[in-house]
Amino acid sequence: MNIMIVGVGGQGTLLASRILGAAAMRAGKQVKLSEVHGMSQRGGSVVTYVKYGDRVDSPVIEKGEADMIIAFEELEAYRSLPYLKKDGVMIVNTQKTNPMPVITGAMSYPENITKTIEEKGINIITCDALELAKQAGNIKAVNVALIGVMAKNSPLSKEIWEGALVDAVPAKFLELNQKAFALGYEQ
Amino acid sequence: MKKLMLGNEAIARGAYEAGVRVASSYPGTPSTEITEFIAKYDEIYAEWAPNEKVAVEVASGAAIAGARSLSAMKHVGVNVAADPLFTMSYIGVNAGLVLCVADDPGMHSSQNEQDSRNYAIAAKVPMLEPADSAECRDFVKEAYAISEKFDTPVMIRLTTRVAHSQSEVELFPREDVPVRDYQKDASKNVMVPANARPRHIVVEKRMEALSEFGESSALNRVEMQDTKIGIITAGIAYQYAREAFPDASFLKLGMVNPLPKNLIADFVSKVDVCYVIEELDPVLERQIRAMGLSVRGKDELTLLGEYSASLLREKIAGEKAAETYSVDEEIPVRPPVMCPGCSHRGVFYVLNKLKIAASGDIGCYSLGCAKPLDSIDTIICMGASISGLHGMEKARGREFAQKSVAVLGDSTFLHSGVTGLMDMVYNKGTSTVIILDNSITGMTGHQDNPSTGFTIKGEPTRQVDLEKLCLALGVDLVTVADPFDVDNFEKVLREHLATEAPSVIIAQRPCALLKKAGYTGCCTITDACKNCKMCMKLGCPAISMTENGPVIDDTLCNGCGLCVNVCKFGAIVQK
Repeated sequence: MNIMIVGVGGQGTLLASRILGAAAMRAGKQVKLSEVHGMSQRGGSVVTYVKYGDRVDSPVIEKGEADMIIAFEELEAYRSLPYLKKDGVMIVNTQKTNPMPVITGAMSYPENITKTIEEKGINIITCDALELAKQAGNIKAVNVALIGVMAKNSPLSKEIWEGALVDAVPAKFLELNQKAFALGYEQ
Repeated sequence: MKKLMLGNEAIARGAYEAGVRVASSYPGTPSTEITEFIAKYDEIYAEWAPNEKVAVEVASGAAIAGARSLSAMKHVGVNVAADPLFTMSYIGVNAGLVLCVADDPGMHSSQNEQDSRNYAIAAKVPMLEPADSAECRDFVKEAYAISEKFDTPVMIRLTTRVAHSQSEVELFPREDVPVRDYQKDASKNVMVPANARPRHIVVEKRMEALSEFGESSALNRVEMQDTKIGIITAGIAYQYAREAFPDASFLKLGMVNPLPKNLIADFVSKVDVCYVIEELDPVLERQIRAMGLSVRGKDELTLLGEYSASLLREKIAGEKAAETYSVDEEIPVRPPVMCPGCSHRGVFYVLNKLKIAASGDIGCYSLGCAKPLDSIDTIICMGASISGLHGMEKARGREFAQKSVAVLGDSTFLHSGVTGLMDMVYNKGTSTVIILDNSITGMTGHQDNPSTGFTIKGEPTRQVDLEKLCLALGVDLVTVADPFDVDNFEKVLREHLATEAPSVIIAQRPCALLKKAGYTGCCTITDACKNCKMCMKLGCPAISMTENGPVIDDTLCNGCGLCVNVCKFGAIVQK
C-alpha cells in the first residue's frame, strides 16, 4: 500500500504521515516513511511517503505508484496527479494557499482543480478539513481531520486508527486530535 | 520492543546503546536530528559546537581521553571538519570515535552534491553505510567495535533518504562501557613530523587489515539469487536496486571503505553481468574497475541527483514507467519562502529598495535571493558572505563597498563569519556587514547556539554578546537596529555604507516561529488602500494581489506588522 501526503510546508503533513506509519505498524505490516525536512519546509511544496506491506524496499513512491494521495491543498493535489496509480484514490482538502508566483502576479492559481481531477475519471473525495479543524477547536488539526477522512476509506479498522493516534500524537494534543479525527471519519 | 524511527533517531539510539558518553555537532540538514535525539538521553553529554571543526575536535579529545564519542554533520560540514579528521586518522583513538555524515543527493537542502565517501578514502578511515533505520542502529554499534579494534575513527555515511526515512528498529539496553584509562603518549597523540611519519605507516597497515576484515564481516552481505544480473551496491541505492530487480543477485556492501577485494572479485565471477549501483560519484565502480574487473555503472546511469527504482528499471532493463495521470497545463511552482513574520524580510526589503548588492550566506535568509526581494548576489558556503565581500571590495574598490553588504545569521556568524570579519578589519576593508540576529539557528529547525543563552539540553548558559564581539575585533561602528522599523533601518544602513571603515549592523528581531516573537492576531487592509502595491514588495506569503487590490490571508498572517510599517497611507491595520 503506497500512500502519499502532499501539502504546503507548515501544514502538519509530518504528523499525518507518522499516524499512518503507526497504524500500519499496528496492522503488523512492514512500514517505511520518507520525509523531507529543512529548506523544503519553508512554505514550499512538501511530500511525504508512507509505504507498507509484507516487504518494503525503497522508501520512495514514484510516478504512477500511489494507491492513495492525501492532499492538504488543492494546487498540491493537482501537482501530485502523476504519482497516482491508475484507479487510485485522491482525498483533497479544499483549501487554497497561493504560491509565490501567484502572489507576485506572475501566474494565476488554476481554476476548478477538483473538477479537472474528477473529469479524468479519478475517484476523488473532497472535504473542508479547515472547517472540521475549527469545529474540533484548533485550525492546526487540519492534518488529523484529513487522516480521519482517509481512515474511513482505508482497509484498516477504526480501532487500529484510534490506537495509532495514541501512538503518534503527543499526549497534550491527543484530545483535540481525537475530536478532529472523529469529525473527519464521520464525513 | 520495536519502534518506527527516523534513520537519524536510530543513529542516536545506536550511540546510546553503544555506551557513547560525549557528542558534539553543528546542525545541518539532513543530519540535525541525530544530535537532537542524542541530547534526549541523560546518560550522554551532548552539545552544539559553533562549527563542525570544533565539534570533531571535541569528540576527538573525548575519545583520546577514553570516552566513546560521536560527531554528526551534513556533507559540507566535513569540509569544515576535514582538518582534525585527517590527523585523527593518524592518531587513532583510545575509546571509539564515530563521525556521522549525511549526504544530500538531489540537494533537498544543500548547496552542492558532494560525495563524502571520497573523504573516507582521502583521510584513510573506514566508512560504513546503512540502508535503513535498523542498520543505522546496528552499524553505529559495529562502528565503535571497529574503531576500538583497529584504533581508528570510523565514518558512517547517511543520505537524505536514509536519514529522513522511518522504518522499524528493535530496541536494546545500553551497554555499560566504562571510560578507558588515559595515559600520555606523545608518539601517538602529538602529531609533529617525527611522530607522524611512523604513524603514517601504521595507517597504511591498518587499511590493509580493515580490507581483510571486510572480506568476512557480516557488514558485507552476498544475496545469491538469479545470476544473470549481479549488483554491487550500498546504502539507499541497495533499496532502489532491490525494488527494481527483486530476483537479481546482490553484493550489499555495509563497509564502503576500504573494499573487500576478494569478495568483490568472487561475486563478479559468479554473475553474467555485474552492475555497480551507487548515487553520485563512481566511488565503488572506479576501485572495482581498477581491480581489473569488468562492471557496468555510470556509463549507463548518472552522476547527478537521487536514484530510484524506476530510473534503474528504465536504464538497465529498458522498462517504461508506470501508467499514470497527467497535468495538462502549466501550473505555478511552490518554492520555499520566508515565513510570514520573518525577521529577515525587513532587511531585504530595504536592500532591494536601495538596490544594494548582498553577499549572502547559508541559512533561511538565502531565500532573500527569490523575487520580489531578489537581493542576494552570491552564496558560497557557511561564513563566506563577509570574506567574499571583502574580496569583492579588494577587486573593485571602495565605491563597490559603498553599494554592497554581507548578510548572515547569528549562528552562521559564530560558525565562521567571525574570522572573515577579523580579516576585513585587519586588512583595512571598509564594507558593511549585517548580522541577522533572530536569536536561533533557524533553517535547521531551531537549535540553540552560543548567542542564544541556552545549551542543547535547554540549560541556561553564558551568551556571546555579538555587539561586544564585533567591537573587540576592532569594528568601531556597530549598530543594533530593528529590521521592522524600516525607515530607521534604511537610515542606519545609509550611514554605515557611507562610513569609510568596516562596520556591522546587528538586525535584531526574533524568528517569527519563536514564542518570544510574541505575534498575535493578524493584519487587514482597509478602504484607505490606494492599491500602490508597496506591501507586495515584501514578498510576504500572507499578502496576495487580487483584481480588487491586495488582500491578507488570515490563516497565514501572524500580525507581525511589517506591512503596517511599510504602507504609506496607513491602510493596513492590526486587528
